[in-house]
Amino acid sequence: MTQSVVVQVGQCGNQVGCRFWDLALREHAAVNKKGIYDEALSSFFRNVDTRSGNNGPDIYKGKICSLKARALLIDMEEGVVNEILQGPLKDVFDSKQLITDVSGSGNNWAVGHKIYGCQYRENIVEKLRKTAEHCDCLQCFFIIHSMGGGTGSGLGTFVLNLLEEEFPEVYRFVTSVYPSGEDDVITSPYNSVLAMKELNEHADCVLPIENESLLEIVNKIHQMINSGKLGSTVKQNSLVTSSAGSAKTLQEKPFDAMNNIVANLLLNLTSSARFEGSLNMDLNEISMNLVPFPRLHYLVSSLTPLYTLADVNVPSRRLDQMFSDAFSRDHQLIQADPKHSLYLACALLVRGNVQVSDLRRNIERLKPSLHFVSWNQEGWKTGLCSVPPVGHSHSLLALANNTCVKPTFIELKDRFMKLYKKKAHLHHYLQIDGMEQSCFSEAVSSLSDLIEEYNELDATKCGPRIDPSRLKIAI
Amino acid sequence: MSIVTVQLGQCGNQIGQEVFSALCSDIRGTHGLCSKKENGSYQDSCKERFFCEEESAVPVARAVLVDMEPKVISQTLSMAARSGHWKYSSHSHFCQKQGSGNNWANGYSVHGPRHKEAIMNLVQKEAEKCDRLGGFFTIMSMAGGTGSGLGAFVTQCLRDAFPTSFILNHVVWPYGTGEVIVQNYNSVLTLSHLYHSSDALLVHENDVIHKICAQLMNIKQISFRDVNQVIAHQLGSVFQPTHTAGGGSGYSRNPLGELMESLVPHPEFRMLGLRNIPQMPESSLPYSTFSWPGLIKHLRQMLIANAQMEEGIDWQVRPPSSIPSTNKPLHFNTSIANLVILRGKDVHGVDLGSFQDPSLYTSWLNPQDAFNAWKTPRAFNKYEKSAALVSNSQFLLKPLDSIVGKAWNMFASKAYLHQYAKFGIQEEDFLDCFTTLEQVISSYTNL
Repeated sequence: MTQSVVVQVGQCGNQVGCRFWDLALREHAAVNKKGIYDEALSSFFRNVDTRSGNNGPDIYKGKICSLKARALLIDMEEGVVNEILQGPLKDVFDSKQLITDVSGSGNNWAVGHKIYGCQYRENIVEKLRKTAEHCDCLQCFFIIHSMGGGTGSGLGTFVLNLLEEEFPEVYRFVTSVYPSGEDDVITSPYNSVLAMKELNEHADCVLPIENESLLEIVNKIHQMINSGKLGSTVKQNSLVTSSAGSAKTLQEKPFDAMNNIVANLLLNLTSSARFEGSLNMDLNEISMNLVPFPRLHYLVSSLTPLYTLADVNVPSRRLDQMFSDAFSRDHQLIQADPKHSLYLACALLVRGNVQVSDLRRNIERLKPSLHFVSWNQEGWKTGLCSVPPVGHSHSLLALANNTCVKPTFIELKDRFMKLYKKKAHLHHYLQIDGMEQSCFSEAVSSLSDLIEEYNELDATKCGPRIDPSRLKIAI
Repeated sequence: MSIVTVQLGQCGNQIGQEVFSALCSDIRGTHGLCSKKENGSYQDSCKERFFCEEESAVPVARAVLVDMEPKVISQTLSMAARSGHWKYSSHSHFCQKQGSGNNWANGYSVHGPRHKEAIMNLVQKEAEKCDRLGGFFTIMSMAGGTGSGLGAFVTQCLRDAFPTSFILNHVVWPYGTGEVIVQNYNSVLTLSHLYHSSDALLVHENDVIHKICAQLMNIKQISFRDVNQVIAHQLGSVFQPTHTAGGGSGYSRNPLGELMESLVPHPEFRMLGLRNIPQMPESSLPYSTFSWPGLIKHLRQMLIANAQMEEGIDWQVRPPSSIPSTNKPLHFNTSIANLVILRGKDVHGVDLGSFQDPSLYTSWLNPQDAFNAWKTPRAFNKYEKSAALVSNSQFLLKPLDSIVGKAWNMFASKAYLHQYAKFGIQEEDFLDCFTTLEQVISSYTNL
């Protein structure tokens, strides 16, 4: 069994991260009835003997003593991290896992990447090494951050670089929250494009998320609950937006519901690596199957179902509805419509009481309405994990390597160019040591190249399908 | 003679466990329908072949379990132990932590060499426990990374370490519409490598077994467990003891050797397909009657029409000699060699002449040599009568061609190649494998 380490950077990264740890504990508590520290738990948690204080040794087997998250919390302001440390999760982290500063990055990628990067490099490397040492077999780093600000974006991508240098064999999965068009941070296009270059070059897989999509999902759920359309009550803990403690609704912060969706994404992504099933799908398999060319590693994700009704036995129809929903526009975590674009590859990770025949039936059913690239007509990667998420009898995570990410990138580039042409706010960046105009031109060029790769693939979509001729054997 | 089974990867281990389970439940069943002496002889022979008595209370499977991540092996071991009727030895498994990531190159070039010694030590220990080693039976899928890549490497190691032993590879072919996106690459790499070190490849296709589960077994929500149990039943129908033609009164002592001798006369032709009838839900068995002439007729037509199961057989297809035109009829499945295995009541009087019809075969061998039959009056797994066919024919030609075609298509676009290059498998290596398989396809096409 392998371990993964979560590196949460910046305000957004830490808030999402906090939700992740909360829901991870809830999931394991639901599955692990005996309180024994098992391999599934060990993938994200250490078991520490804290009877003599927080510096106790790790316990590898036996009863759970004190679970510590395999995480690194990084923020250049103290507010968010302090709040986490005073909240219900305070015992899950210890001071050795934190790197904080006081003044923040001023929404400036260059401050995060160049100044703080340089300043905290050694500290970060040392803490990463410590975390890695506690792992028997470290498989993956999960970075959670936003693209539009300064810390998550700048320092976050600095850490990404560091991880590639210091731990080249370990996978780097990045969950990136992209800014929306009406983002109130004026320089978010600069920060995002500068960060994109780093993601292009150093990440193994990127899961882009857009707040608009998360908000739409949250609203949809509220509507359904309040409209009374649902015949029976909805199971509260099954909402993809719910937090672990059911009495928390009053004290929930506005972004909590949205962040819970992202947390659930990560839990589902790693479920088949942690729990058993008839067709396992490990993280290295996700990277292997969904990344046909090194730079095309952006995966559009969708989670279904969004909630469960309390009194339901699962008839086949509802199961099939789950599969259909996974491909609909309003379940995607970015503003994109994969059905009308070109699939390079698609992964379906099913959890719960679902068998291979259900999978096959639904793939056959949905295939005709989807466009796959000519060299990957049957490009499906499937996984079956027996353990469902809390509150559900079954669930589905769909990951698509699809050209529908292109519009997101094109818009980002457009917003960037709008500012860049007028050189607006550029001086805030260029005055930072190590930043030059070329950083900007290289970054936008990298983004343009990426967009062009997607364009070329899209161009093949409508053309006639000519299969290359096979090798001829002389008899 | 004993057979050592090597279970590789998730599929290999899951199927392996069902196979031993089926073998054990068959010998424990009282539905032998034959004399007590016969039954006793059968049970002893099966136990010698597949199980080791040791000092333990239950028979211990002669198997080595290999996987690059721990979850499946630990499940497999515990399921076997829970049955209470057999188990795996606690010292016969090897696993690592991280898995092969569906990457053939990772399984073959990294895990293989790294763990060769440990794995071969386990195999050696199992082989030494056998009074007489009859050969190796490996179980793997070719779609993933461990069964396929590490499996190909281990097969090579087996060949090097035991140059005179028989090696039969049981290979599971994945669903056509994808379980793994790079399955066609992994398949091409696996098959071409196995062709060089294995004696024969016995193939099961998930699509075919799935249809059997749906249409013959009437299973509504088919799980991998269901699929694996059908596969285990079919394998049991081949490997449980039988009397071979010249074998005298006892049960055959060299099943793998005899299999190879009957079915693989030429090294270019190693792909064996398997059919087994009848196949039905256990609940229907008491209400069904079987006749040998009926079973033989169906099995023969399944052979020549390349039917995947007993339903939907195309009775229009006929062998060439009965059609006036000189062209080879379409859809006719030409055989190189066939082996029919009959189990159950009144087996000795069965007329198998229709399988010796020369028009079924290529002209190289005498029909008497091209066809062999093994029999036992001892019924298998509650079926009063059952017939299995192991065939070296054009059964697998179309699926093989389809897999190579899809892999080539992907290869031409260079997709995913960087993932293999990372572990040392370059474009030239792929080209060699394609060439090998195109050659095999061409050979089978021109039968």
